[in-house]
Amino acid sequence: MELLAFGKTGWGDELLIATLMTIAVSITAMIIGFFFALIFTPLKLSKNKFLNFIGNSYTTVIRGVPELLVIYLFFFGGTGAVMYVASIFGYNEYIEINAFVTGAFAIGIISGAYSTEVFRGAIQSIDKGQFEAANVLGLNKFGKFFKIILPQTLRLAIPNLSNVWQITLKDTSLISVTGLVEIMRQSYIAAGSTRDPLFFYSFAAVLYLLLTFVSMKLINRLEVKYSRGY
Amino acid sequence: MDLELMINSFPKLLSAALITLKLLSVSLIIGLFIGLFFAILRLNKNIFINKFAYGYSYIFRGTPLLVQIFIIYFGLGQIEYLRSTVLWVILKEPYWCAIIAFALNTGAYTSEILRSAFQTIKSGIIEAGKSLGISNKVIFYKIQIPIAIRQSLPAYGNEIILMMKGTSLASTVTIMDLTGVAKYIISTTFKPVEVFIVAGSIYLFMTFIIHNLIKFLEKKYSFN
Amino acid sequence: MNIIKKTIFSVLASLLIIGNVNASDKIKIGTEGAYPPWNSKDASGKLIGFEVELAYTLCRYIGKQCVIVEQDWDGMIPALIMRKFDAIMAGMSITDERKKAISFSQGYADEVASLAVMKGSDLEGMKTPAGIGLSSPNSDAKKALKTITAALAGKTVCTQTGTIHQNFLESGDVGKINLRTYKTQDEVNLDLASGRCDVALAAAVAFSDYAEKSGKPVVLVGPTFSGGAFGNGVGVGIRQDDTELLRAFNKAIDKARKNGDISRIATKWFGFDASM
Repeated sequence: MELLAFGKTGWGDELLIATLMTIAVSITAMIIGFFFALIFTPLKLSKNKFLNFIGNSYTTVIRGVPELLVIYLFFFGGTGAVMYVASIFGYNEYIEINAFVTGAFAIGIISGAYSTEVFRGAIQSIDKGQFEAANVLGLNKFGKFFKIILPQTLRLAIPNLSNVWQITLKDTSLISVTGLVEIMRQSYIAAGSTRDPLFFYSFAAVLYLLLTFVSMKLINRLEVKYSRGY
Repeated sequence: MDLELMINSFPKLLSAALITLKLLSVSLIIGLFIGLFFAILRLNKNIFINKFAYGYSYIFRGTPLLVQIFIIYFGLGQIEYLRSTVLWVILKEPYWCAIIAFALNTGAYTSEILRSAFQTIKSGIIEAGKSLGISNKVIFYKIQIPIAIRQSLPAYGNEIILMMKGTSLASTVTIMDLTGVAKYIISTTFKPVEVFIVAGSIYLFMTFIIHNLIKFLEKKYSFN
Repeated sequence: MNIIKKTIFSVLASLLIIGNVNASDKIKIGTEGAYPPWNSKDASGKLIGFEVELAYTLCRYIGKQCVIVEQDWDGMIPALIMRKFDAIMAGMSITDERKKAISFSQGYADEVASLAVMKGSDLEGMKTPAGIGLSSPNSDAKKALKTITAALAGKTVCTQTGTIHQNFLESGDVGKINLRTYKTQDEVNLDLASGRCDVALAAAVAFSDYAEKSGKPVVLVGPTFSGGAFGNGVGVGIRQDDTELLRAFNKAIDKARKNGDISRIATKWFGFDASM
């Protein structure tokens, strides 16, 4: 147990910081994923064949290729891609994108593919009558979306989004390969330093279970809140 | 775009894909038995057995697969006592450590899929069987299991694809599967995009085959 | 088009704010921090080791401030090329293959490699000369390779990924073996100690350091290797277009060698003078 102590001799403080990092990356990735879903859900629902193809390609490719491969793509090629785009604008100096942004972005793209599917499914299962009623009420596009469609989408989507959250949370363990110090990486360092992998990896499992447990409790409250009136 | 690299790396990646498929199939088969076992335990009326099965499924679904592999490969490898037992013959090999981790993981998800399939079988069908005088055991094996399997196909198809992506983690414990070889080529040629395209396409192709296979099975065993 | 350009530009600008722009008055040097005694970390996580100390000395001679950056081994060269740092000092041997991607300064230290086993292994007491050079192998070296090939046949040999050691084991010089590669030397050591590996290959000092720190009975066997697939010493890795920095490092290494710095620091960390 002294291994977990805070301060110089124990790993407790490092693991605490690593846990906060895991939470931070997961939340950031989830939000980035929502932005991607915002773009690609309409594409998937579009009647335009070309736009539809782009939307479907995104979800099919990202959900069909292992996360590790996507992460390697960003880790080995990410900075290069950003710098390439920047050089188009004439900016040729080094741009350092730190490990957090790279990692969160990589997981975000993956999370976004799953979120896109959830939103698509949720919107498609909203009764057609709701759309017609919104039109009858004379609401403009924004009103229709924010006041009627979105609340219902969220209600339907929250259970499945909680699954996406779980996936995102666990996927953050994979960015340990890029060097970002989250739970997995810190456990790896501690295990190597103390030559006690069993203890530290088991403790990492406990940390993830704790995060899962707390997340579930919080999400259940969200579900209750959004199901009011039904 | 370095087309030459893409063409040259294709055969190496393809043969590594065979290792991925081997890992996938062995893990799924063992995992299916584990899943069926725990699904049955979950349906048991005894609260201890029930909770035990729930605990297993909660732990393996609530922790990342990477942690699970590391515990089995590095963690168990650390225990001096284990190294003197006959288990070491199995745990010594990274291949088997990966299979154990994958099988336990897919077993947990499979048990959930089968459990919910069992629980949604309309009770009327079971009652009909009972009224015909068929024994419980026969009802279970000849009626419940086939229906549960048919109902699980879509969700299980999804699980197969998720597991295929999971096998990529074997590369973290020295196994040179498709992802492992892809990473090696990327880190020696510094051309991540080209390698990603080739390796990714192979994964997508396998996903495509599995997806259509499941669709075919769904149609073949549908109740219509 | 204008709106799209503006959006992309503002996204990049905000990424810049989140990330940070490189300052050009410091030299950033990348090291692994996981290959003692060349480079490693102390209990508080600070980077230490032969190369860390040598780096500060060299930067003093160059006249600029150094910042040592930690980087995983398998991303070392890509990180240099992507300008995450300006030089590599990570026990990286000078090889022709690596020269295709980056430049190297002159060598500052020699890394001799050796096979290692756990005490009691049947590979102990291999009958070979103390050391062999593989750049132009003489008959003694060739005979030694034959002995090694026979001894290693069918065995599980472990080493770190992307190293000269892996290149040697894959070269065919030691015939058919069951090769396993790992992300770090630490993982190699762990699997050697647990019995998953019959034998491992790395820098001789890496094994003696592990034996000392862990107390495990690791024994060096066979000859020490140098030259050939093992490269020509360890040098500073630098981007190919960074000729000025390359000149600066070469001059600094000359000075450090003349003043005896390299010998002194090497003896401190290796226990013997490994300087070139």
